[in-house]
Amino acid sequence: MAEETQAIDPDGDPYWAGAAEGELHYRKCAACDAAIFYPRSICPKCGATDPAWAVSKGEGVVYACTTVHRAPPAFADNAPYTVLLVDIDEGFRMMGGLANNGEGVADIAIGDRVAVTFQDGPDGRPAPYFTPA
Amino acid sequence: MDFRPHLAIIPLSRVPKSMPKHRGRDLSLKKACAIAGVAESRLGVVPDSTVLTLQAEAFAAALTDAGLEKSDVDGVLVSGAWGRLPQLQICEYLGIQPKYADSTSVGGASFEFHLGHAAAAIQAGLCKVAVILYGSTQRSKQDKYIFQIRNDLGYQYEAPYGLPTPVGAYALAASRHFAEYGTTSEQLADLAVSTRAWAGLNPRAYRREPLTRDEVLESGLIASPLHRLDCCLFTDGGGAVVVVSPDVARTLDKPPVWLLGQGESLSHAQISEMPDLTITPAAESGKRAFAMAGVTHDRIDVTGIYDSFTITVLLTLESLGFCKPGEGGAFLENGRTGPGGEFPLNTNGGGLSYCHPGQYGIFLIIEAVRQLRGECDERQVADAVMALISGTGGVLSSNSTCILGLE
Repeated sequence: MAEETQAIDPDGDPYWAGAAEGELHYRKCAACDAAIFYPRSICPKCGATDPAWAVSKGEGVVYACTTVHRAPPAFADNAPYTVLLVDIDEGFRMMGGLANNGEGVADIAIGDRVAVTFQDGPDGRPAPYFTPA
Repeated sequence: MDFRPHLAIIPLSRVPKSMPKHRGRDLSLKKACAIAGVAESRLGVVPDSTVLTLQAEAFAAALTDAGLEKSDVDGVLVSGAWGRLPQLQICEYLGIQPKYADSTSVGGASFEFHLGHAAAAIQAGLCKVAVILYGSTQRSKQDKYIFQIRNDLGYQYEAPYGLPTPVGAYALAASRHFAEYGTTSEQLADLAVSTRAWAGLNPRAYRREPLTRDEVLESGLIASPLHRLDCCLFTDGGGAVVVVSPDVARTLDKPPVWLLGQGESLSHAQISEMPDLTITPAAESGKRAFAMAGVTHDRIDVTGIYDSFTITVLLTLESLGFCKPGEGGAFLENGRTGPGGEFPLNTNGGGLSYCHPGQYGIFLIIEAVRQLRGECDERQVADAVMALISGTGGVLSSNSTCILGLE
């Protein structure tokens, strides 16, 4: 699974460091108040640079979801599995998976409330996943 | 005191939004160029080929179709993820040293962008005969680079979740449209069935046998709610389009197909960054294309909408304004877009049934030109004089829409 190893770069480092501590980090623009995700060095709304880092409560609503039946090779053992887009309460959207490959979750649907939890991703590093709230 | 107020930095919001003027006239690409020649290479499974030989085949055939010579070509527009510097490689292979070059590469829509860019270059006098080129041997070489999960830069935030690209992203969009509007898999299947019926009338199409709604629904889920037969083909193939200045167009034997309007728009690279999964960048580019052409939807006789997936077509039709948001499902029902239907769409059989060599947009241009010239035999739309084509690239990321006409 070496090819699935996530890059660590200066742009994303605080995010992954946060995930390792069980916290969902995003950035917030001091100039226009936009919540910025994925985290980046410039505000995509107003163009202000170096927005501050912030910690999300990690709760939100499912915006879109799909269950993957034909998985990329590195993920084939887990299929079928569900991928979500979640609108986080602080005002940003992110992708996530269902925690524990959806074990114990009868159904998940658009509009459901979910909460973040952290588990090891495919490269062994902790990453955010979601469970029904 | 500032003596140079024109150099002051002004906020973007103060940039005028109206059509810019140049020497007193509106800057528009309307009839700035015409399409003079189109051709495919061999399509489907072409094991004894390379990306270069397929493009050379299409290039030679398109020049013949136009009635022009290689030595006439002074502009080249190329997309494609093959090669290290594809534009240099193909120009070298063909023996062209163009004085105008563009390699805008925004996924399968690139070629509709190229058409607008060729028009702008020709209007500016930078070239007179531009060729748009594409080729892929993805099927024979089993080149599945587009399915690899990237994990660098922005992609690192999606990489852990194993979303297959691009199908998973389109499945997410479909899930949202289904939830918001009650759209169904049956409605999407009806588009696949209609498109296959067109393919049955096109000898060049890869899949020509009739298809039923049940066969689509029973073809197996790839990423819910999309089934295998909601997805485009995975073929080899190439194409070429010769774009010429108005003065060159008037010297040629075949009727010129004019670019009447073009608009383009970029939205995002990753599906998690798409502002609204039910509204594609076609909403912006379509508006611009219609405004430039100065026509309304009812003037369009034949339409080509990029069909990487059935849902791509539904979302694009809504975004272009052919139907209202949420009405796309009903719009596709009961063979409306098929042969004999009131809205002839993807008359070559589309990416779903004719060919889809990775980036499909060049084939939208080729089919529209053939329809307007009346060269489509069994699948000819009677009296077609105006066509709209709309290319979508990436994961609903980019769109360029072009309106083409005989006059």
